[in-house]
Amino acid sequence: MKESVSLTWRRIPERYRILGTVCKNCDAYFFPLRQVCPKCRRKGRIEPHKFSGRGTVYSFTEIHSGPAGFESQVPYVMAIVELEEGPRCTGQVVDAKLEDVKIGDPVEAVFRQIQVDGDEGLIHYGFKFRKVKQ
Amino acid sequence: MGMRKVAIIGAGMTKFGEHWDRGFRDLVIEAGIKAIEDAKLTGNEISAGYVGTMAPGSLVGQEHAGALIADYMGLNPVPITRVEGACASGSLALRQGMMAVASGMHDIVVVGGVEKMTDLSTADVSEILGGAGDQEWELFNGITFPGLYAMMARRYMHEYGAGPEMLAAAAVKNHRNGAMNPYAQFQKEITLTDVLNSKTVADPLKVLDCSPITDGAAAVVLAPLDKAKDYMKNPVEIVASAQASGTLALHDRPTLSGIPAAQIAAQKAYAQAGMAPQDIDVAEVHDCFTIAELMAIEDLGFFPRGEGGKATLEGKTAIGNGRVVAVNTSGGLKAAGHPVGATGIKQAVEITWQLRGQAGKRQVPDAEIGLSHNVGGSGATAVVHIYRKVGA
Amino acid sequence: MAGIVGYGAYVPKFRIKTETIAKVWGEDPDRIANGLGIKEKAVAAMDEDAATMAVEAARIALARAQISPEDLGAVYVGSESHPYAVKPTATMLAEAIGATPNVTAADLEFACKAGTAGMQICMGLVDSGMVEYGLAAGSDTAQGRPGDALEYSAASGAAAYIIGKDENSLAVIEDTFSYTTDTPDFWRRPKADYPRHGGRFTGLPAYFKHVKGAAEGLLEKMGRSVDDYDYFVFHQPNAKFPKNVAKMLGVPPEKIRDGLLVPVVGNTYSGASPLGLANVLDKAKAGDSIFVTSFGSGAGSDAFSIKVTEAIGRRDRGRPLSGFLEDKEYLEYAEYAKFRGKFRM
Repeated sequence: MKESVSLTWRRIPERYRILGTVCKNCDAYFFPLRQVCPKCRRKGRIEPHKFSGRGTVYSFTEIHSGPAGFESQVPYVMAIVELEEGPRCTGQVVDAKLEDVKIGDPVEAVFRQIQVDGDEGLIHYGFKFRKVKQ
Repeated sequence: MGMRKVAIIGAGMTKFGEHWDRGFRDLVIEAGIKAIEDAKLTGNEISAGYVGTMAPGSLVGQEHAGALIADYMGLNPVPITRVEGACASGSLALRQGMMAVASGMHDIVVVGGVEKMTDLSTADVSEILGGAGDQEWELFNGITFPGLYAMMARRYMHEYGAGPEMLAAAAVKNHRNGAMNPYAQFQKEITLTDVLNSKTVADPLKVLDCSPITDGAAAVVLAPLDKAKDYMKNPVEIVASAQASGTLALHDRPTLSGIPAAQIAAQKAYAQAGMAPQDIDVAEVHDCFTIAELMAIEDLGFFPRGEGGKATLEGKTAIGNGRVVAVNTSGGLKAAGHPVGATGIKQAVEITWQLRGQAGKRQVPDAEIGLSHNVGGSGATAVVHIYRKVGA
Repeated sequence: MAGIVGYGAYVPKFRIKTETIAKVWGEDPDRIANGLGIKEKAVAAMDEDAATMAVEAARIALARAQISPEDLGAVYVGSESHPYAVKPTATMLAEAIGATPNVTAADLEFACKAGTAGMQICMGLVDSGMVEYGLAAGSDTAQGRPGDALEYSAASGAAAYIIGKDENSLAVIEDTFSYTTDTPDFWRRPKADYPRHGGRFTGLPAYFKHVKGAAEGLLEKMGRSVDDYDYFVFHQPNAKFPKNVAKMLGVPPEKIRDGLLVPVVGNTYSGASPLGLANVLDKAKAGDSIFVTSFGSGAGSDAFSIKVTEAIGRRDRGRPLSGFLEDKEYLEYAEYAKFRGKFRM
């Protein structure tokens, strides 16, 4: 969906800088961020945490039929990436074709356009992943 | 528990498909009337209603679906409530209706499920369905539902060595069943090769691995079991209703090759019914994508983890003699179609027909215990119901 | 005196060859490639723009500077392809690298020299004590009109410089000098998709006049000669102009080689001189002297005299430009046109 101005703005620090949270009570890391630790709930102590952006590919696919706004990018590779601190997140794998990607490949986060609202609307930026050269 | 037993005394549905000439209210009214007539009610007996529908606001600009249905079914001032849990909306509505009757608060309750999906483009519908996942962290980044299930398929194949033909086998079986179901969207059989050669939607899932975009509605009428026999001689008792929640986003799930919420809902349902997987004769499971059926029959305990693919390929879930359990006799979501909110109720309708011996060419012989399994999103909601032929 | 505390450079992965473009327009590929001295150019992916590339370059610069992004007091981005006409690229960049909110920022435009203009501004802010560190990026996803000569050269790339006090610098900026006039050699009006240029007018009255003006001006101001420098970086709209201006100034050809990227990357506009300098810094040793002269149409040139310090070893903390230069994938013309939005969809 076209994200509204305020909806997109709220998530800028997390999307631009891979900012999540950590529960200092049980040492669980959350990206995307959580304000309630599922294990500790109200006993949890949630603090911000900046992730390195490095991780490995946990699973992936190549999208051939994109949702509204992504039609011109098709085909593109999407992955669930396991960050080195533990949590997993969903993002596009850039500068790679399907055959270039395997489960376990190391990747790093890069700053890219995620969606563009036509010629006059907002550009929504965020994170995608790129294979790390060995 | 002090709760009453609940039975289904009427069932009906529209044909599922692309209904250019019928809108949201036309579909739900048709299904509602069929169910009420099947129960041989006048309509005055109805005490409350529940309707499962995922996204009428986005798909047709219409919220407040409960009020619309009460009005246009001629049921004012009967209270009708909309229930939503993405693709599990139908089963959630069934569960709410069942609890309303079981608690004693209402006697005769009509439960419907409906979705009108073809008034928008495929890309727009794909985006709206994406709202069943995590809008900020999945959909926004460009994933689609086929993409999410494709990632589950890739993990499943990686962990258990399953091949794409095992996934395709589920689609082939469901089309064979659908060809025997006059209400199914697709009534044409397909082959393994057809599936494997079809266009890729999200690798490794192809077009024929994916359930379609469909319009349709289904409805059932519920009554307390001890009054059901006043209305019909072969009511079907709902002996278990269980629901569990899982993480909204697939990336927060501990595993991709199974749906934990479905496993938990299944365990709770079997416990409630005092039954085990081997007691189930016929099951309607949530095959939004072929991989979902393979994982479902494992989550439900019909086959050990990782063996659902092989079992499907070997015909163990077909209606024939080699079966362990007949799965998706209606054609499933794949061949019957998947009007999102209607699916959970369609599953209840199909099980009702099977247990009453009214399933025509796709009848499972001697079916006495049935199960429906309905999942929301990529597994954030799972609902399992178990049904018993009364007198069984 | 201010210096370069950290630097970073980025070139996208995709390339298109001069011969691929030439064939589409029925031109002789060899004649074009030899005439311009450009073999291939870098092409930004569909989801890249001046902001995303500036972030890549800036992150490398921060790694080399070994400072916290919160210590940056100023962020400037020079480009002629800012993603927005109104909403500064500098804010997206500052947010992405974590320099917000205690920072001043703005966007700059001066054709191909907006990046070096930003460096001069940061030098002033640092020297005056107004900020401790300033970041200036030159970043462009330049567009060439299909079928025009500039289509062979207009390319994508970015470089970023963190300017601070000289005691922390990898390379000290000893002095700078600029030469600016109103010269209509190349321009773009707001509603135009592509720029227009004056053909041969872009040579002597524009590029050569201003590059010579700034270079000779700086040498005179410092009392130096070209022999005092080990490396020269000139703005590079093609390979011919920098080679010719080097000859005019008496610079031996081998001294411009490491700063000349246009043959393999194309003209990255606001990124051009900054990228050339980055490639030199990746190879230079302590004590080397580098002379940089940028050029921006409209027109103006900024000249810099730079001396590499003992701290240059800190460059190992960031990815070298060669890594991006070597990692490439070629496009056919249709893919290139799709990437660069040349189809009306």
